[in-house]
Amino acid sequence: MSNRRKSTLIWLSLSGVLLCAVVLAGALLGERAITADFTRKNLPPCPAFPFGTDWMGRDMLARTVAGLSLSIRVGALTALASAVLALALGTASAALGGWVDGAVSWTIDLVMGIPHILLIILISIACGRGLWGVTAGVALSHWPALARLVRGEVLQLREAPWLRMSRRLGVPPGRLLWNHLLPHLLPQFLTGLILQFPHAILHEAGVTFLGFGLSPEQPAIGVILSESMGYLAAGRWWLALFPGLALVGVVALFALVGERLRLLLAPASAQE
Amino acid sequence: MTLEGKDLTFRYPRRGASPVLEGVNFSLRSGERLGLSAPSGRGKTTLCKLLAGWEAPESGQVLLDGVPLARYRGFCPVQLLWQHPEEAVDPLLKLRDTLYEAGPVDRALLDGLGVREEWLERYPAELSGGELQRVCVARALGPDLRFLLCDEASAMLDLITQARLWRFLLDQAEKRNLGMLIVSHDQSLLARLCTRVLPGEG
Repeated sequence: MSNRRKSTLIWLSLSGVLLCAVVLAGALLGERAITADFTRKNLPPCPAFPFGTDWMGRDMLARTVAGLSLSIRVGALTALASAVLALALGTASAALGGWVDGAVSWTIDLVMGIPHILLIILISIACGRGLWGVTAGVALSHWPALARLVRGEVLQLREAPWLRMSRRLGVPPGRLLWNHLLPHLLPQFLTGLILQFPHAILHEAGVTFLGFGLSPEQPAIGVILSESMGYLAAGRWWLALFPGLALVGVVALFALVGERLRLLLAPASAQE
Repeated sequence: MTLEGKDLTFRYPRRGASPVLEGVNFSLRSGERLGLSAPSGRGKTTLCKLLAGWEAPESGQVLLDGVPLARYRGFCPVQLLWQHPEEAVDPLLKLRDTLYEAGPVDRALLDGLGVREEWLERYPAELSGGELQRVCVARALGPDLRFLLCDEASAMLDLITQARLWRFLLDQAEKRNLGMLIVSHDQSLLARLCTRVLPGEG
């Protein structure tokens, strides 16, 4: 058990460091990622440009890092937004009951009933595309699963003798929520947040790839992949391969960390 | 003061039609110590939960001096000592936070119960049932307490600690003119403690 705890911690800090490094590098390389130089266009990977250059002579390594950094920022923002939304709605639903519960449960079913990608595209277009459109789209379509989990958890906690006791001892609702409910919901919240992250990145890239997300002048992974499609047939494989691999790498890393965290925190497997 | 249950009916959801309690009437006055003993499954604990406001009855009313108990805000004058103290404290909070949750607790009360200062820095899993129960008693004995419902409250204690706890509670009850409902399977315990013992049916 302590072994898994230790290795999870290592993985978690490793991903954290990588994340920060990519975001930082993205900010530093932002200028290089959009600098065109027609004297060096269409170079395959070489020592000076490990990821090659594109048809405008832009450094693909810089573009990949900048795109990844943008994806990570969008992913973190949307994962946080949807997890907080899920926590708030799930808790409100279970704690208040009545019509609030009915309304939230109905909305959960509604959102879950619509295919994700369709919903994201609709919301993104409605919000005017771009960074905020994508963020809103992904955040508003990804909260139901976690909200349902939180709702079930709160329903169960509400029945616990210690919570009833605290209520009869006159502890005000705000403190009940803060002192008693939130600490018990923290594991679900954190796991949900981290598992939400790769989802959010993939959806952002997907929607952008389809042309409903970030605008073409931004060096997002989705934009890079979608642009490179036209050049694949011409044999310029490096345009899609490295950015694609980088995206998959980040997503796989976070899926792995989230899964380990889930194993560690879920009661059924915590003591293995 | 009088704590009354009028025509109480209660059934647990999803457990078929038969009610646990049906048309139960109950009355307890300040200064009175009422013993209750009935075979398992007769609804003793359920009665305690209704009287302490943990559950709302399906029909009937719980009245404190003629006022519905649900109207009381803040510290409820009727407190229940739960049978399993380890379920009555939040497992993620240190005992200090649990103890002072309802407001300050009299130092003399803690000394009388033998609650040690170092327990308060621990989590519930690090204390025994008896130690936890003493913390629960201390927090239930707030200044606004009028009625204390003890549901098998001493079942997890050894005999010496049991005797100490009851002596302390009787002392408090007499000093503060508390009404007590004592639920136990132990007839001789009830005979020693109570001013009145209800027979048989809960």
